[in-house]
Amino acid sequence: MKSLEELMAIREKARQGMGIRNDKHEGTRVVVGMATCGIAAGARPVLSALVEEVAKENLDVQVGQTGCIGICQYEPVVEVIEPDKEKVTYVKMTPEKAIKIVHKHLMGGEVVQEYTIGKVGK
Amino acid sequence: MRELSLNVMDVAQNSISAGASLIGITVEEQSQANTLSIRIEDNGKGMSPQQVAQVQDPFYTTRTTRKVGLGIPFFRMAAQMTGGNFSIRSQQGVGTWVEANFFTNHIDMVPVGDMKETVLLLVITNPHLDFTYTRRRDQAAFTLDTRKLRVILGDVPLNDPAVSTWLRGYLDEGEAEVLG
Repeated sequence: MKSLEELMAIREKARQGMGIRNDKHEGTRVVVGMATCGIAAGARPVLSALVEEVAKENLDVQVGQTGCIGICQYEPVVEVIEPDKEKVTYVKMTPEKAIKIVHKHLMGGEVVQEYTIGKVGK
Repeated sequence: MRELSLNVMDVAQNSISAGASLIGITVEEQSQANTLSIRIEDNGKGMSPQQVAQVQDPFYTTRTTRKVGLGIPFFRMAAQMTGGNFSIRSQQGVGTWVEANFFTNHIDMVPVGDMKETVLLLVITNPHLDFTYTRRRDQAAFTLDTRKLRVILGDVPLNDPAVSTWLRGYLDEGEAEVLG
């Protein structure tokens, strides 16, 4: 059984480790549309994949959720919000596409054009 | 919605939008009676009696981007399709309480699905909110209370990667123990 003692050890480790994360991503947020439309279209596995991949790569990126942004036909929708940059909206997401976004966009700094609303919407 | 855990995720979003700081999720099964009950309660801003009536209407929504709001109607329908029932109570300034009761042996019963994934994602994408999750089957019960974890964690956030990995394992094991 996972014990609370284990959690205490995690706290000690996390405290020591704070600050050694990659600061390049500071302030970057990734949000997934989790209103009824998003969830019904499969947003939960997309959110799971993002959370897991960001944790695995130890990125200092906040993964969060948002409501309906009004483009329900393009759900699941993922938005990448970086400081001083234009927001990027990815549409019709799947867990596989989300993982690609973590690697190419969040880690590589390169927008995955083919999944953006500008491309898919046409 | 293909599984009830997705309805729970959806209804919990309403609690978050209502400014709740504590959200409680309870899933209880009575295997002899073939019943399942799901409750979601919050300490958000609550609703007026008129709004309580309106949220059950698919053509009412608080969002400004569309004219329909299907979250509560979907959840209510899932319960009623099994011969079960649905109720919602709310008080302004106090919070909202939603309960859906299901008959699990009915042919239209939607699977509960992965409740722990719903809970995990709610916790780690809303690290400043508190959640309780109770899963009961007959005499067995498991509870997760983020307020207790927070005491142990101090300033380490609930969405710290190591913490979320621990949480996943804790939920997996807790549920497995209850569900056998």
